[in-house]
Amino acid sequence: MAKAQGAGGNRIVQWIDYRLPFVKLINHELYEYPTPRNLSYWWNFGSLAGVMLVIMIVTGIFLAMQYTPSTTGAFNSVERIMREVNYGWLIRYIHMNGASFFFITVYIHIFRGLYYGSYKYPREFLWMLGLVILLLMMATAFMGYVLPWGQMSYWAATVITNLFSAIPFIGHGIVTWLWGGFAVGNPTLHRFFALHYLLPFVILGVVVLHLYALHTHGSNNPLGIDAKGPQDTIPFHPYYTVKDLFGLMVFLIIFTFVVFYAPNFLANPDNYIPANPLHTPAEITPDWYFLPFYAILRAVPNKLLGVTLFFSSVVVLFFLPWLDTSPVRSGRFRPIFKWLFWLWVIDVFVLGWVGDHPPEGIVIPIDRFATLYYFVYFLILLPVVGKLERPRPLPESIAAAVLHAAAPRRETETERA
Amino acid sequence: MAKTLAAALLLAAIGLVPTYARAADPPLPNKPEPWPFTGIFGTYNEAALQRGFQVYEQVCSACHNLSHLHYADLAGIGYDEAQIKAFAARSEVTTVNNKGKMFKRPARPSDLFVGPFPNEAAAKAAFGGRAPPDLSTIVKARAGGPDLVYGILTGFTKAPKGFPMPPGTFYNKYFPGHRILMPPPLHPGAVHYADGTKATVPQMAHDVASFLTWASHPNLDERHRMGFKVILFLIVAAAVFYAAKRKIWSRIH
Ligand code: HEC
Ligand code: HEM
Repeated sequence: MAKAQGAGGNRIVQWIDYRLPFVKLINHELYEYPTPRNLSYWWNFGSLAGVMLVIMIVTGIFLAMQYTPSTTGAFNSVERIMREVNYGWLIRYIHMNGASFFFITVYIHIFRGLYYGSYKYPREFLWMLGLVILLLMMATAFMGYVLPWGQMSYWAATVITNLFSAIPFIGHGIVTWLWGGFAVGNPTLHRFFALHYLLPFVILGVVVLHLYALHTHGSNNPLGIDAKGPQDTIPFHPYYTVKDLFGLMVFLIIFTFVVFYAPNFLANPDNYIPANPLHTPAEITPDWYFLPFYAILRAVPNKLLGVTLFFSSVVVLFFLPWLDTSPVRSGRFRPIFKWLFWLWVIDVFVLGWVGDHPPEGIVIPIDRFATLYYFVYFLILLPVVGKLERPRPLPESIAAAVLHAAAPRRETETERA
Repeated sequence: MAKTLAAALLLAAIGLVPTYARAADPPLPNKPEPWPFTGIFGTYNEAALQRGFQVYEQVCSACHNLSHLHYADLAGIGYDEAQIKAFAARSEVTTVNNKGKMFKRPARPSDLFVGPFPNEAAAKAAFGGRAPPDLSTIVKARAGGPDLVYGILTGFTKAPKGFPMPPGTFYNKYFPGHRILMPPPLHPGAVHYADGTKATVPQMAHDVASFLTWASHPNLDERHRMGFKVILFLIVAAAVFYAAKRKIWSRIH
């Protein structure tokens, strides 16, 4: 415990810490940081996302050392990485699948926040910083997907940048400006590479702010009630460090399984065909993590409206802290919300399915209905239900709830013995 | 709890995964070849790869290239230096000498494979608009992978009655639209296998599809071996951290 005061025994560290209390800060924020004692495994996904960000930056830097950002060189340089660079195949497969697993962690992290009301007072700004990270991730992943310059790279870049042409009057000007020419080409690839290298470090900066905001009011928890004193919290280390490490190992088992045994399972085979501006692929689909948004984009026949809905689907999340009118955070104590929430989760999966199918026949009405529910959930159901619903009584405190629940179990165990 | 988490992750992984590994269109033969290189312990059969290279060299290379491979890469399927030198020397590359004169010399092991056409336009012109695709990424570039290659090579039949076949096209069961510009490349006995295997069409199709899988995934053997070790290590690490977690948390339960 003496350690907690300063920076441990090392004199050099002490010397520095007196002048720049960095070790003290880490000690305070990562070791002692009082954390609710009842966090479930759903709380692992924040740290998992952080690990994925680091993995993406490290593998990305090594890829960039061998990658050629030109329309004639890009495809060949990626093949060269896969064939000739030492462990290049490993680094590239980690980076390529890492993007998918990064999104899996972040999406679960967001679903967790939605269910347990982590976006409510006093964590609104923390929530919004998270959404900024999501938007930056989307931009980064989109531009990364363009870099290998396969058929899907080229055509996804063309379709997505073309969305901006829906903006009245200035749309076409904006698209030409984005491309740096009159079609997706060498200047586009160059700038996408520059931005793809830059944005992850911007994300890193926003992650620091996200954590700063988190540590200001502390973590939410499955009960959604505030920690009221030391009996409700435990130090982050060793309790949550060891729990996070265990979760990380389980997560890495699944991740590495895909990297080593199904590295192209999540990829579109067309992206192993070099980009060809003269030949449009039969179907242009984005990576899976964009499919729900892609479905929303195509839900209406009007391009401008589609693009508006597309952007609104993320923007609406920024207003969530004020749209949800219920004073109770955790979905556990909200009998009606609970159902609507799970329906919304299913709805997002349905949108994902829709996004992977050509918009024809039965797919169109399903798309419209699912898009409608996506927005109705936020704009109508959450504001209204928060007012009408009668929440179940909240426990007095975290400690009371946790220890109370544990007590009878211990009794039966001793009885049996 | 750990199980719930694992299940949730797996569900998320599987549930969110769209059908990218989607069945090819038109559907492939429903009895796939028993490839030895699939699955966790899958490895290449070197003899099949060498036979497949023979088929590639003697048949396919008349129209297709393997532009991402060097001759030296053939060491990966068990050929020695002298053999590789001999394979390379059968092609010529054009280079420039230090006086600026263009000249031809036999290819060396360090050269990339030399294709049959000087450029893409020449290849297109030779086949009425669609060039024979480069085969070094073909297995990665088609849903169905080796099954698709095998299917195409064994899928040539007579066109059904009334199915219009413009001149220069051939009916193929497994090619999208069924009209392929490639003439049926394999005929019984088209190659004389160095190891004496009987060169039937399915045998050659199997061998060359195996070879092309290697051409797309030259590191597959190493990847499978390394993956096994890495995952084993992670399982042990997960068990250790789980035990540690139980122990540490027992203080406050
Ligand atoms: C006479 C020239 C010729 C020979 C020999 C030849 N091909 Fe082809 N191949 C073509 C042409 C032309 C195409 C393009 C067909 C099209 O797009 O319609 C093609 C296409 C293909 C395709 C792609 C089919 C698809 O899904 O797009 C594969 C795979 C293929 N060939 C494999 C082989 C293999 C393996 C061999 C050797 C056994 C071989 N080819 C020999 C001319 C040839
Ligand atoms: C937020 C973190 C990141 C995400 C989500 C991300 C995402 C992606 C994606 C989806 C691809 C395409 C993969 C493929 O299909 O081949 C890609 C490629 C690439 N990325 Fe990243 N990336 C990230 C960080 C970085 C960083 C920090 C760098 C460089 C310092 C980098 C360098 C590259 C390079 C050179 C490629 C092209 C090579 C290839 O396609 O494999 N990435 N990235």
